[in-house]
Amino acid sequence: MPLLEIKDLHAKVGDREILTGINLAVNPGEVHAIMGPNGSGKSTLAQVLAGRELYVVTAGEVLYDGKDLLGMPPEDRAREGIFLAFQYPVEIPGVSNMYFLKAALNTIRKHQNLEEYDAMDFLNLVREKMKLMEMEQALLNRPVNTGFSGGEKKRNEIFQMAVLEPRLAILDETDSGLDIDALRTVAGGVNALRNPNRSMIVVTHYQRLLNYIVPDFVHVLSQGKIVKSGGKELALELEESGYAGLGIEDEEEAVAKV
Amino acid sequence: MSESTNTIETFANQEYKWGFVTDIEADAIPRGLSEEVVRLISAKKNEPEWLLEWRLKAYRHWLTLTEPTWANVHYPKIDYNDIIYYSSPKSKKDGPKSLDEVDPELLKTYEKLGIPLAERAILAGVAVDAVFDSVSVATTFKEKLKAQGIIFGSFSEAVQEHPDLVRKYLGTVVPASDNFFAALNAAVFSDGSFCYVPKGVRCPMELSTYFRINAKDTGQFERTLIIADEGAYVSYLEGCTAPMRDTNQLHAAVVELVALDNAQIKYSTVQNWYPGDKEGKGGIYNFVTKRGACRGVNSKISWTQVETGSAITWKYPSCLLIGDNSVGEFYSVALTNNYQQADTGTKMIHIGKNTTSTIVSKGISAGHGQNTYRGGVKILKSAAGARNYSQCDSLLLGDKCGAHTFPYLEVKNTSSQVEHEASTSKIGEDQIFYCRQRGISSEDAVSMIVHGFCKEVFRELPMEFAVEAQKLLGVSLEGSVG
Repeated sequence: MPLLEIKDLHAKVGDREILTGINLAVNPGEVHAIMGPNGSGKSTLAQVLAGRELYVVTAGEVLYDGKDLLGMPPEDRAREGIFLAFQYPVEIPGVSNMYFLKAALNTIRKHQNLEEYDAMDFLNLVREKMKLMEMEQALLNRPVNTGFSGGEKKRNEIFQMAVLEPRLAILDETDSGLDIDALRTVAGGVNALRNPNRSMIVVTHYQRLLNYIVPDFVHVLSQGKIVKSGGKELALELEESGYAGLGIEDEEEAVAKV
Repeated sequence: MSESTNTIETFANQEYKWGFVTDIEADAIPRGLSEEVVRLISAKKNEPEWLLEWRLKAYRHWLTLTEPTWANVHYPKIDYNDIIYYSSPKSKKDGPKSLDEVDPELLKTYEKLGIPLAERAILAGVAVDAVFDSVSVATTFKEKLKAQGIIFGSFSEAVQEHPDLVRKYLGTVVPASDNFFAALNAAVFSDGSFCYVPKGVRCPMELSTYFRINAKDTGQFERTLIIADEGAYVSYLEGCTAPMRDTNQLHAAVVELVALDNAQIKYSTVQNWYPGDKEGKGGIYNFVTKRGACRGVNSKISWTQVETGSAITWKYPSCLLIGDNSVGEFYSVALTNNYQQADTGTKMIHIGKNTTSTIVSKGISAGHGQNTYRGGVKILKSAAGARNYSQCDSLLLGDKCGAHTFPYLEVKNTSSQVEHEASTSKIGEDQIFYCRQRGISSEDAVSMIVHGFCKEVFRELPMEFAVEAQKLLGVSLEGSVG
């Protein structure tokens, strides 16, 4: 049984229809890349799966582990093991990264009937994951994402993912704004977290990230639909010919023309 | 409306839990204010002639004053002749001598409020003076404190037992003529707390006063006077609640603190008067004058306040930094929800050399709440080398509330340093969503963000009360975020 099954998903923001019938099945352990030009609906798909209320689902169905995902509030989705690495991680002044992450982890563990971590256990866990992401201790004691550089924010997202150990991770443009060294570190962290029970959806505009996180499947999104699916070689093909090679024009421009 | 907006609203709409009325017979005087009323109150308290004269002088001066209008608050005109100026729970003629004589109904009230009046207080390590409407009903630990020479009890008692001390310090920090509400208080104040810590004594426990307004249409006018003699230290906390009533009630208190050479006073307030209902009906008008004088060298006065209640708060706990090297501090969290209005802040008057002051103000506005910080830092010519640091942060929940900051700075010499920082932020839908995506519910997210915002101030509260204050903040905000 697939971990995630998206059937004919339609969603809009305001009056604008953005997803126009997505179909996708993700099995445990698989990494799926979602590519597409600006405005094709990649980030919307990520946000809809996480439960952002800004987007209204108008048709379709999403099953997660056999359950109706769209009926769950965002916090329940997180507690059931869905993790979204944000394209723009949010700053929360006054709340330390450590405190935040401990609260999150314990809420999730409680939901899954696991024992909550005490301060000592949590610290040990965090130290171990910090090494993985080459994070500095200082970053943990600072308020969540506040005053972090772009690279630190992205690294912090993957660090959180490492601590929360989701079953389904959705990475929304995790590569944007990263220089090549930061990209390597972040991708290294993601790869270390790949395992047969964990699925990933990697949303990206560029093929570059997929050199480091090699997907099992690649899907190309255009005008809110998957127009082409294939193996990892599809990403390389796109790199050669561009989206135009598939007859897709940049959709923000297309919208602008209308 | 998105769910996170709803949570903000639910968070803000939590009910006031202290709104019950105690059914107790009260000895109240007729409504209205006149010289007769002032004389009557003084007579009821069996006061010496000098105190009656002091009150009458204040009353006559009050008649010449008009209510101040400069604060950023709006309310219908108060009819000062429609207020009952004195009300006390009826009991044995001379008042209770010990806890056993206190009306059980009263004790039950304080029990409901979680105030450990009886011997349970021992466990809490807090000495409590409880003021119900106009009179002080019980003081715990009095004997233990007495052994160290510390005087702690009701103001009325102090007038009888230590008239010289009272006379020496009363009105020396907040003169009877200071302002409209202070003059009114001086004329009709009914009770309050008095504390004197002798030379070199470090008060071994937190002292605490609990104020409760119970009777309908009464005003509460308490007066607190705390003196820390040379080298003394005292930490003092006051808490306040009132029943839910749909008319507004007036609370006009005065607090005076005196710190002599090397003395330290830490004064903390958790104010939770009834704030009125969701439509802004009822609630306490909290018009309070609080001031401390650092008279001695190296003395220190520190105000910490958590203001979550009252329909209107008008309050500026201030420090007169007279002694060289003296230190004034003001840490404040003020929360306004629904239709609450707060105009609060502090004044730091630097007079002595090398005096320093720190101001940390955190204003939280939710619902239709209006929150104003008003602060004055005045550095006189004599205050060479003085330093001030002010930080005023505002947090907005929702888009119908307001935050306002009015800092006044006046520096009269060139060797001083003044720093002011201010910020305004809003709990955003994106922050709430980020937390929810990590498994944290919207309510927990708001409370986490608000607590993070107030951390610097809570740190200053005595431990026992910091926990209380956090809970109170949670309750006062419940329903305000979604």
